[in-house]
This record gives sequence, structure tokens and C-alpha cells, in this order.
Amino acid sequence: MIRFANVSKYYPRSGTALRGASFKLAKGEFAFLVGPSGAGKSTILKLSYFDEFPTEGEVCVGAYSSRSIRRRDVAKLRRRLGIVFQDFRLLEDRTAEQNVAFALHVTGANAATIPPKVSRALAQVGLASKASAMPLELSGGEQQRVAIARALVNDPFLLIADEPTGNLDERATRGVFQLLREINASGTAVLMATHNLELVRRSEYRTIELNEGEIVFDSADSPPRAIAQGA
Amino acid sequence: MFALRTALASFRRSPLLSALSITTIGFSLFAFGLFGLVAVNIRHALDTIDERVEIRAFVADGTPAEKLVNAASAIEGYPQVLRVDIVTQDQALVRARQELGEFSDVFDGQFLPASLDIHLKPGSRDPATVRAIAARLKGFLFVDDVRYGEEWISQLYKLRNIAGVAGAVLGLAFAAVAVIIIGTTIRMAVLARTKEISVMRLVGATDGFIRRPFLIEGTLKGVLGGLLALGMTWTAMNVLDHYLSFQTVFFDRGIAVLGALFGAAMGFAGSALSVGRHLRQV
Repeated sequence: MIRFANVSKYYPRSGTALRGASFKLAKGEFAFLVGPSGAGKSTILKLSYFDEFPTEGEVCVGAYSSRSIRRRDVAKLRRRLGIVFQDFRLLEDRTAEQNVAFALHVTGANAATIPPKVSRALAQVGLASKASAMPLELSGGEQQRVAIARALVNDPFLLIADEPTGNLDERATRGVFQLLREINASGTAVLMATHNLELVRRSEYRTIELNEGEIVFDSADSPPRAIAQGA
Repeated sequence: MFALRTALASFRRSPLLSALSITTIGFSLFAFGLFGLVAVNIRHALDTIDERVEIRAFVADGTPAEKLVNAASAIEGYPQVLRVDIVTQDQALVRARQELGEFSDVFDGQFLPASLDIHLKPGSRDPATVRAIAARLKGFLFVDDVRYGEEWISQLYKLRNIAGVAGAVLGLAFAAVAVIIIGTTIRMAVLARTKEISVMRLVGATDGFIRRPFLIEGTLKGVLGGLLALGMTWTAMNVLDHYLSFQTVFFDRGIAVLGALFGAAMGFAGSALSVGRHLRQV
């Protein structure tokens, strides 16, 4: 599903963001990306949805390779991915349901099929009753749920989450993480970057640890160990 | 359909920015329109003067009227000739008295020669054509002299050429300013929706899909700006006519429609450039 083969990424100004990263993520798998700020977590996520391309090596996601994918195919691939960010990235001038429907409109979905899909996605994240609320009328946790509903509405095979609980309090964090677990249980692979080591320790999922652009630990290859302090 | 709805929704969501864009486009096209109005009126004035270009072939005394009629008919067959008037000696006297009223008592008797007055078709009034026709007329044995105000026609055409070149250069400059202002205005609208564009990309919108609402929006703003400019130009013309007693000619319907289409084209091109640039950067 995802394959990173000896991937490096250099930026002209900031230097090396990722060095020789190799890992695979299987269908339906859940993996955390952990590490200090600037370790390369977000770079791996951006490479996974082809917002960035490797300087060296190859990234494969689904049937697409970073070496051969065309711009138009990037759009096609993203319709089969769900992407969630720390800052939600909701359109603040549209209601929750309009934000979710937006993801269907851009794929050219049949107009008649959009409302039931949107209702289902909002119900899945527990926000059926807030469909007509504007983002700023919702709490941070609720806004993140709307963002997750938008990510889910196209039935993605992979959910990419970049610090999805970074802006949330403890209670909202638990709720959002539980939601991601349920999504994973229904067959969607999840690749989640986080600073929240408490979440990582409490769960049984695979952990990939990065430091200064290198993968320093992957629980799929090694016996369990304590995650580095301060990560 | 989604693109059209999105474009219309953006007018509703940010009415102030939309109004500002339309007004800016309107004012930049208004400057272009005022220049166009001046150009149209100079052209109209030159055309009016141009109509006065004629060749007068004076005929020898005693030339039979029948001969003049035949010659006039032959000359009217020239492709450049619009009409030939036969002016007899009596008619020449009447005309001289009308044109030089204060000396009317000086004119007496048939001392002015009869003539053939040749009017040329529009497009055939340039100095070279006039000179060629005059030379041809001199070939008629009964023609004593041919007058056509050679220097005057040369000056008129020099003025027309200068006006044409100046008009083209100024027109291009005004159009370039309009394009830059419209492009900047639409870029502001695009930048105001950076977040929406980034979300569109994240959820899998193609570049074409992202571009469409902006193109529609830019075109609509261009048309509305063009109509606003036409309205302002028309108002300015009426104010000038009223207070300065000008008799200005306004754009005909074809040019007015072209003006609105020009606004639409500017809006479309400005949007295409701005969105294209933005999409390449993000």
C-alpha cells in the first residue's frame, strides 16, 4: 500500500529533511510516526500524498510511484486518501455538511448521491446533529471530527493524519483517537504523526520513530522498546 | 454547474471584495473608454473633413454640354469615383456668390469656367489616388486645368497617420495598464481564497476543476466592469456635451458590445494568469 524505498529529501534552504527512509505500510495497518519537531514526520506524510517528491529513492502509494506519477494522477490518488491536519483546514464560511460535501463535489460526484454520503460521514464521527453549524461554532474536537468526516466521505484506503490531536484537550484527543481506531478497524489504513506519546504507549499499534531525518526505530522490525524521551 | 455555483457564491461570500474588483476593473476600462471616445471622435472629425476631398476639372469655354455628360458618365465608371457633378458656368457663378458673399457684387457675367466636380469613394481619398485621378482627367482634351488642393490633402493624411499611430500606441498603453490592474485585482481575489484552493487540492481536485470557478468569476467581473465603464464613459460624454457644448459621438452598438467583451476577455485572461501562477506555486 505504501512503500518508501531509501527515500531522501533535501531542501535547498533548510537542508536534509529525510535521509534513506525505508518502510512499508500494509493494507489496513495503523502506524504512528513519532519523533521531535523537525525529525521528518511531516515530510514522510507530504511524500505519502505527493505534496512533495523525494530527492532520492522512491515512494509508492497504491498503484502510483513518485517516479512516474503525473499531476493529474496525484488528484486521482488524493480522492482515495483521507488527509487530516492539526489545524483542521475547514472552510470557515461553510457549514459542517458543506465542508464534507465539498470533498465529493470536487470529485465530480453525482449531486443526488452527495447528501446521503455526507449524512453518513457526519453520523460516523458523531456530528449528525451539528450538520448546519459553522466551523467557528464548533469546539476544536468537533472541528477535527468534521475534518475527519471530510476525509472519510470518499471511502479512502488510507487516512493520513498530521498531528490530528495537536490542538485538542485531553478529552477531545481521546475522542478523536477512538474515532481513528474505529476507522482503522473498518479496514482503512492509518498513518498518523503525533507528539502525544501517551497515546502511542497506550495503544498496540506499530510505531516508527524518526530523529534528524532518519528512521531510528520501527516496531515492525524490532522488539518493543521504550520510545525515546522527549520525542 | 458546481463551478458556476461556486463562482456566484463567491460574490455572495465576499461582496466587498467583489464590488472592489468590479469597480477597479470598471475604472481601468473607463480610462481606456475615455481614450477610445477621444479616438472615435477624432476619427469622426477626420472622416467629415475627408468627405470634402474632391477633384475639380475646369473645362474649356464652349465645350458642348453633351460632351460633358459623356465625360461625366465615363469618369463615374472609375472604380475610385463615387459621383461626378457637372457645374455649368452659371452654377459656378452662383456658388462663388454663395461662398464669397461679401464680394458677390464683383461677380458678374459668365467669366467663371464650367467644371466637373469629382467626388471619391471613402478609402480612395489618399494623396496618391487623388493625384492619379487628376492626371487621368488632364488627358481629356477639353479639360483646361485640374485642382484638388494637393497640399491640403497631404496635410490631412499626415494628420490622419499621426493620429492613427498615436492612437494605436496610446491604446496599447491604456490596454496594458488595464490588463495589469485587472490581473492584480483578480490575483487579490485568488489570494483571498488560498485556503480554499489548498483544501481543493488535498481532497483531489484537478487543476482544471480548481481553475473553472475563478475563470467564470473573473469573466463575470470583467463583463460587469466593462458595463460599468461603458456607463461611466456615456455619463462623462453627456456631462461634457452639456457643460462644454461639445457634440461628441458615442461608440456605436458594435463597439459597445466589443467593450463589454474586452472586459470579459481581460477578466478571463487575468484569472487564468493569476490562478495558473498560484497553482504552480502551491
